[in-house]
Amino acid sequence: MSLFLRLLFRNKLAGFGAVVLGIIVVLALLTPILPLHPPNETNTANRFLRPLSEGHLLGTDHLGRDLLSRLMWGTRLSLAVGFAAALVAGLLGAAIGVMAGYFGGRTDNVTMRGIDMLMAFPYILLALAIVAVLGPGLLNALIAVAVVNIPFFARNIRGVTVGIAHREFIDAAKLAGMGHTRILLTEVVPNIVPVVVIAMSTTIGWMILETAGLSFLGLGSQPPQADLGSMLGEARSALITAPHTSIVPGVMILLIVMSVNLLGDGIRDALDPRLRSGALSRPMATTRVERTEATAPKGEGLLRIDDLETQFHVGPRIYKAVNKVSLDLKPGECLGLIGESGSGKSVTALSVMGLVASPPGVITGGAVRLEGQDLIGAPYELLRSLRGRKVAYIFQDPLSTLHPLYRIGDQLIEAIRVHEPVSHAEAHKRAVKLLEDVRIPNAQARARAYPHELSGGMRQRVGIAMAMANDPDIIIADEPTTALDVTVQAQILALLDDLRRSRGLAILFITHDFGVVGQLCDRVAVMYGGRIVETGPTPEVLAAPAHPYTKRLIACVPELGGGRRVLAAIPGLPPAVDKLPEGCAFAPRCDKAQAACRQGEIRLTGTAREVRCLYPERAT
Amino acid sequence: MTIALKTTDLARTFDIGKRLIGPPRAQVHAVHPVSLEVRQGETLGIVGESGCGKSTLARMLVGLLPPTSGTIEIEGRALDRADPAAFGRLIQYVFQDPVSSLNPRKTIRQIMEVPLRLLHGMRGKALDDRIAELFDAVNLRPEFLSRYPHEFSGGQAQRIGIARALAASPRILILDEPVSALDVSVQAQVLNLLADLKAEFNLTYLFISHDLAVVEAVSDRIAVLYFGSVVETGPAEKVFAAPRHPYTKLLADSAPVVGRPLGGAQSGELPDPLNPPPGCAFAGRCPRASDRCRAEVPQLRAIEGDQFAACHHPRDD
Ligand SMILES: Nc1ncnc2c1ncn2[C@@H]1O[C@H](COP(=O)(O)OP(=O)(O)O)[C@@H](O)[C@H]1O
Ligand code: SF4
Ligand code: SF4
Ligand SMILES: [Mg+2]
Repeated sequence: MSLFLRLLFRNKLAGFGAVVLGIIVVLALLTPILPLHPPNETNTANRFLRPLSEGHLLGTDHLGRDLLSRLMWGTRLSLAVGFAAALVAGLLGAAIGVMAGYFGGRTDNVTMRGIDMLMAFPYILLALAIVAVLGPGLLNALIAVAVVNIPFFARNIRGVTVGIAHREFIDAAKLAGMGHTRILLTEVVPNIVPVVVIAMSTTIGWMILETAGLSFLGLGSQPPQADLGSMLGEARSALITAPHTSIVPGVMILLIVMSVNLLGDGIRDALDPRLRSGALSRPMATTRVERTEATAPKGEGLLRIDDLETQFHVGPRIYKAVNKVSLDLKPGECLGLIGESGSGKSVTALSVMGLVASPPGVITGGAVRLEGQDLIGAPYELLRSLRGRKVAYIFQDPLSTLHPLYRIGDQLIEAIRVHEPVSHAEAHKRAVKLLEDVRIPNAQARARAYPHELSGGMRQRVGIAMAMANDPDIIIADEPTTALDVTVQAQILALLDDLRRSRGLAILFITHDFGVVGQLCDRVAVMYGGRIVETGPTPEVLAAPAHPYTKRLIACVPELGGGRRVLAAIPGLPPAVDKLPEGCAFAPRCDKAQAACRQGEIRLTGTAREVRCLYPERAT
Repeated sequence: MTIALKTTDLARTFDIGKRLIGPPRAQVHAVHPVSLEVRQGETLGIVGESGCGKSTLARMLVGLLPPTSGTIEIEGRALDRADPAAFGRLIQYVFQDPVSSLNPRKTIRQIMEVPLRLLHGMRGKALDDRIAELFDAVNLRPEFLSRYPHEFSGGQAQRIGIARALAASPRILILDEPVSALDVSVQAQVLNLLADLKAEFNLTYLFISHDLAVVEAVSDRIAVLYFGSVVETGPAEKVFAAPRHPYTKLLADSAPVVGRPLGGAQSGELPDPLNPPPGCAFAGRCPRASDRCRAEVPQLRAIEGDQFAACHHPRDD
């Protein structure tokens, strides 16, 4: 709750809205005990008194009634009716949405068709029709406004409920013996309350306005009762001669609707989980860089990463996701980067081209050199011209780089023409050739498919084709086969291996699977807690791991053909990179740890085989 | 040996493109009639690629999804109505995504209480004692009970999921990819815990996974699923070491193994479920396919000893 308030008031406009609305609501609540004239007391002798007249701060209307008093009572009524309408629409709409979304099938079909029918009518026409049937009156106006807003809530909430109803915890609740009612009340509803609150807070302003509109037309509150709409309506005939009678309620409506909407937007932003974690600011085009100077290159290489440090600054916490990582990639080489989730593999890969999201990402040190040129802090234009042309990425989920609404052929053509000024026909020919190169059967026809029409394996082939579109020198593949089935994985790995050998591609291959590294990579680097703990030629590292972590991780991997057995495990958990222990990050889980392991910095030693350990498994 | 779980011709079809009235536009046979027997105390491994019907089968077995046809018997008792509460006391489910299987707005204690209260009517001290006992069994500290799901790592969340399943005191656990979302170093912790619990509570497991090596390591027998059908069953040590069905062979050869060259020549994709081929579903990818395979659906039959395969030309090397 306090987090919610903090987030809410970080947004200045929302804070302003909250203050204005707060004042109005408090005044409206206090109205009965304020020393005001009775709102309906007529005094035709004092018609149309100007504001600041004696005894009538805001003047009087065409019947000589005190405007201030009518304004306060009117505001009170308008607010009450608006809130009531929002509450009714929100609760009924949410109830309908929850039922339709949870039960699905026929219930869903029938109710949502009904809702669609309601929505087919123009909004205000529907409200007018309802009042016409029920007859004018404030209560009927309230009903009309609530009814026309129900579909909005029902649709929204239904969508959210469908998502929740398919979550696994609902199945778990059924298996734990819960009936539908109990599941709806204790599992579904608590999860949709924020959505209902967001929807209400963003629509309540319009509902107040709509009720005022109906009263303005004489269909809402009936004389002599004042609400903001009817005050405006009655003042209409004296618009020229006594403008203040219109301006007073008009300004109040403006203030209410504006402050409610500002506050509503603020509430939405504060409750929205996507906006909650990051700042409300827009992400930067490239990763923020805060380093004092570039590390000197430690050697040759097509791509050299030297002492790279990438951190996430989240509030007071600093996550050292990548901590002085050095890697190098020669032309035509495949380097494997292996480690468990959270070890910093992806952040390393994304740092190369400045793709780490900022905020919260910051590159705080080191250098990344492509053919000798430092890329850290390079201008966005330069990085963009290199992306795809020199260095291309393949991700675990190819959908993250494919646009769902364009045909894959067109996306390839686009990718080709970004970097090369070729004709559309020429680009099309090349796109089809690329699809053939990644062994997509029937490439000519498949080029017209949309991403969602392809299977996971085919999509990843398209992802590879996209990466190959501008004939890059380097491919950075971040777990490209993790989401695929074994038979498809085997096909994709073979394809990558072929492409690399036929085109002399260098590949940085990120994975958590030793089997994959063993089949594809020449060299391997093992990461733990944001650091490289061991590197070397793949066969040697796999056959005789030097770092205790590597050794025990390999022992955990079950291999096919071993029969039924007890599997090795590493007790404990990988370290949190915002609370790294001093000394060796693996020490809490290492059975060889000594006192010396827990202090100072442990260096990476060795040349062809490097290891970061005081007591390695074998001499290096 | 008593039979813990038995299915007879259990099948499920899904309607595609439902209309308000009238028949659906098309039907997909997610699970073709499956007959399985799992013995008391056994672990049956079920492997297959995504979309082959593993989860559909599992959801029918716990009563979350009514079957289109066929029967389920648990310890000789037929469960003929898909009622998760009735199933729940006998058979429970451990989900693939440990975090999404816990309601984010409930504390772990609230989550743990539900099966104990609703399925076993426990209250008060008995309830608290039982929760403490279960938490101890899965090696979790009691202070975790007052926390919310997002505060746990994947491995811890999966232990909580297992503890909740055990709270129902079931005879059988369906483990649907229980370690796929976990890192290897944590994966083995959970697998070993499952092995201990099985011995302690005298349980029967159905272990579903796409990771052949893991399935082989934990199972007594294995059933291989392809395109909604069981294509091979047999003892764990034989199924991948000496596969009879060409698809099992393809699976075994695709698993990445250090030192083995990349296969790659194997191509082909699953058939279109809306338009299944007339004969063997694997014929389009099978090196041994004959005309008979393309016309006649092969039935599961004993090949040698207790190894069964659904293939007209089983392998015998
Ligand atoms: N947007 C982010 N905000 C805060 N921390 C992050 C963010 N992205 C990644 N991290 C942290 O950086 C570390 C490394 O993450 P990552 O490179 O994704 O690991 P891997 O790819 O090896 O699984 C993790 O501890 C993660 O928590
Ligand atoms: S430095 Fe010490 S604690 Fe770290 S891996 Fe080596 S032996 Fe273990
Ligand atoms: S039945 Fe024929 S096509 Fe099917 S797996 Fe056996 S040999 Fe291959
Ligand atoms: Mg990653």
